[in-house]
Order: sequence, then structure tokens, then C-alpha cells
Amino acid sequence: MDPTVEYLLRLGDNALILGQRVSEWCGHAPALEEDIALANIALDLIGQTQLWLGLAGEIEGQGRNADDLAFLRDVYDFRNSLLVEQPNQDFAVTMMRQFLFDAFSALQLDALTHSKNVEIAAIAAKCHKEALYHLDRSSETVIGLGDGTDISHAKMQNALDRLWVYAGELVSADDLDRTMAKAGVGVDLDALHTPYFETVRATLATATLRVPDTDFAHKGGKSGQRHSEHLGHILTSMQWLQRAYPGAKW
Amino acid sequence: MQTPLSDIWTWLSDVPDPEIPAISLVDLGVIRNVAWDNDTLEVTITPTYAGCPATSIINLDVETALRAKGIDNIRLKRQLAPPWTTDWLSKDAHQKLEAYGIAPPRPAGGPQHCPQCHSAMVEKISQFGSTPCKAQWRCKDCLEPFDYFKCI
Ligand SMILES: [Zn+2]
Repeated sequence: MDPTVEYLLRLGDNALILGQRVSEWCGHAPALEEDIALANIALDLIGQTQLWLGLAGEIEGQGRNADDLAFLRDVYDFRNSLLVEQPNQDFAVTMMRQFLFDAFSALQLDALTHSKNVEIAAIAAKCHKEALYHLDRSSETVIGLGDGTDISHAKMQNALDRLWVYAGELVSADDLDRTMAKAGVGVDLDALHTPYFETVRATLATATLRVPDTDFAHKGGKSGQRHSEHLGHILTSMQWLQRAYPGAKW
Repeated sequence: MQTPLSDIWTWLSDVPDPEIPAISLVDLGVIRNVAWDNDTLEVTITPTYAGCPATSIINLDVETALRAKGIDNIRLKRQLAPPWTTDWLSKDAHQKLEAYGIAPPRPAGGPQHCPQCHSAMVEKISQFGSTPCKAQWRCKDCLEPFDYFKCI
């Protein structure tokens, strides 16, 4: 696969799978304002997906558009990080997952605005503004609930303990990341590693949460080699309509 | 025959935003350019938010309005960079939004006052509101919730 296409799939699939996950809250959130906020964030992410996957399809040049890439690929074709496919569980896990992602996404998109690929730079500039809003909100929520009641604190700590091992993959560079960074198209993840964990730890400290004492990171999502069992379930519900009624239009 | 571009701009400034009809698409700042390319009119449009569902309606409304004026060859061009910003809202848009009950964006980060009673005693309920471009605020004097057109 063309490395730029594969790189764009990583960007698009992160936004798509997280957007789909977050949209599962629609109509179920603990308060109306949270419901609206989550639906809006999901919407932003799906919008970002259309831009990334649209560009991936264009560069691939096989006539596949963003919808084809979203609905007609199977688990092992997906290049999202393991973090975003983790189940919502409860509001605490959802917001912790969002925070760990937003902190990464804001840094990644900011760096991508300097990409030598002008289309990638343009999409990144567009999405970066939205990512900053998302990060504002998820940071505030993590702090509010972490430094909240005994129950909310315990739930946020549980969420952090569950999800911590999925944060590392976001900022761990592999061969593709390094190739793309070297070409000036992608982000140098090695340079993002420190600022990412500094941002995350600072917010978690304000939230009075204890960072798990491990550097271990599950990997295999963005390479497509070892997705968790959850991704297949997401695709089952997300792709059902296009699989059952190929070519169906809204 | 090429209609003067000033006429095109006038027509487009009569096309309402599909979600906030109090302001036009020109007020919103999403029409970035209009230009003739031989007998084809090219309209450059930028999305407000990447996932804003109004984007496709905006395109449709622009095309419909221009066709109604007799322009047959229209090409819509999507432009992402530079990304849309609330700085592009027209001066009129600020007044129209306020009159409509939506607090206009302010670089300071929050609404100046409640669009209903003008009290400055306002508080944020949520950074997200009824559309991607708005946040929810509440007035502590008249107790009414209201939309704030957030800065981006
Ligand atoms: Zn008031």
C-alpha cells in the first residue's frame, strides 16, 4: 500500500472509530448537555473522517471514496489505534478515553499543519481547531470528576487504570511513522512523546488521579496486526446497512 | 453572458444560512470567492466545521439560488485552507445574531451579555450546543438559557 494512503487511513480510522464509539452515547448520556456535547464531538470526528478518508481514496486512485473505505473494509484493513476501539463502559471510561485521545490529536494535528503535503496540512489546520475544543472539554471533565466526589474519583481512577496501557501506542513511532516524518509529510512521533505525556500527566495530577506505574503499551492497532475483539463488533453495527443492502443511499 | 460579480454577491447575500436563517451565507463568511471561468460561475465555499451537516444543504441552496437567477453553469469548489473562523462573520451578522437571540462571538471567549435582557451575569452550561457552531449559556438574571456563537 502507498505509505501516504496507509498514513491517511491511520488518521481517518482513528477519527471514524472514535466517532462511531462516541455516537453510541446519543440518547443515553447522563445529562442532556452531555448528550449534546458527545453527539457534537462524534459529528466533528465523522466530519474529519470524511476529509482524511476522502483524501486517502483520491491518492489511492482506485475509485474508492470515503464511504467505501469506511463501510467496505474489514477489521484487518483498519489502521486505528487500539485506544479508540475500547468500549464506552461508563461515562468515566468514555471521557478518559476522549481525553487521552484529544491530548494526542491536538498535538498531532498541530504538527501536521506543517506537512509538505498541502492537502494534509489544510485538513489538519481545519481539524486542529476542533481538537482544541474537544481537549478543553475532556480535560475539564477529567479534572472535575477526578477531583470530585469519592465515587466520581474512584470511577475516573478505574477508567485511567483500564486505559493507560493504550495511550502509549498513539505516540510510539513505527517504520511507517518514521518514513512519513522523514518525507516531511507525517509527524515525528518521537518528538511528540514527551509533550504528550507531560500534558497528560499534568492534567491527571490536577485531577488528583494516580498514574499507573507502568510504561507497558498494547500495540497492533495502527499497524492493523492485532486489533482487539471490540473492533469487529463496532464494524458489525456500523457497516451492517451497506453490507446487507450494497449501494443503499440515504 | 457573464452577470457582474457584484450582482452574484448581492444574490448570495439573500441566501439564508440553513440552520441560523437570521444571517445569510455571505454574513457567515463561508462564501470565499465567486469568479467566472468562461461561461461557468465558480463559487468557492468553505465549511464551518468539518462535520457540519449543513454543508451539503449550503451547497444545494447556493446552486438553487443561482439557478433561479438564470445561471446554468455553476461549479462549486470546496476550500479548506485557510480554515473558517468566526472572524469572518460580517459586522451585520453580529447584530442579526443578537436580535435573533444568539449571543455573537467575542474574542474574549464568552458572550458579552444575555441576548434577551442584556444582563452581564451569564454562565456557561456547555461548550456544545444545538449546532456545531454554538455553545450553551445561561443568564443568571432572567434565568433563560441561550445560544452563544462560539469563537473558532
Ligand atoms: Zn437574561
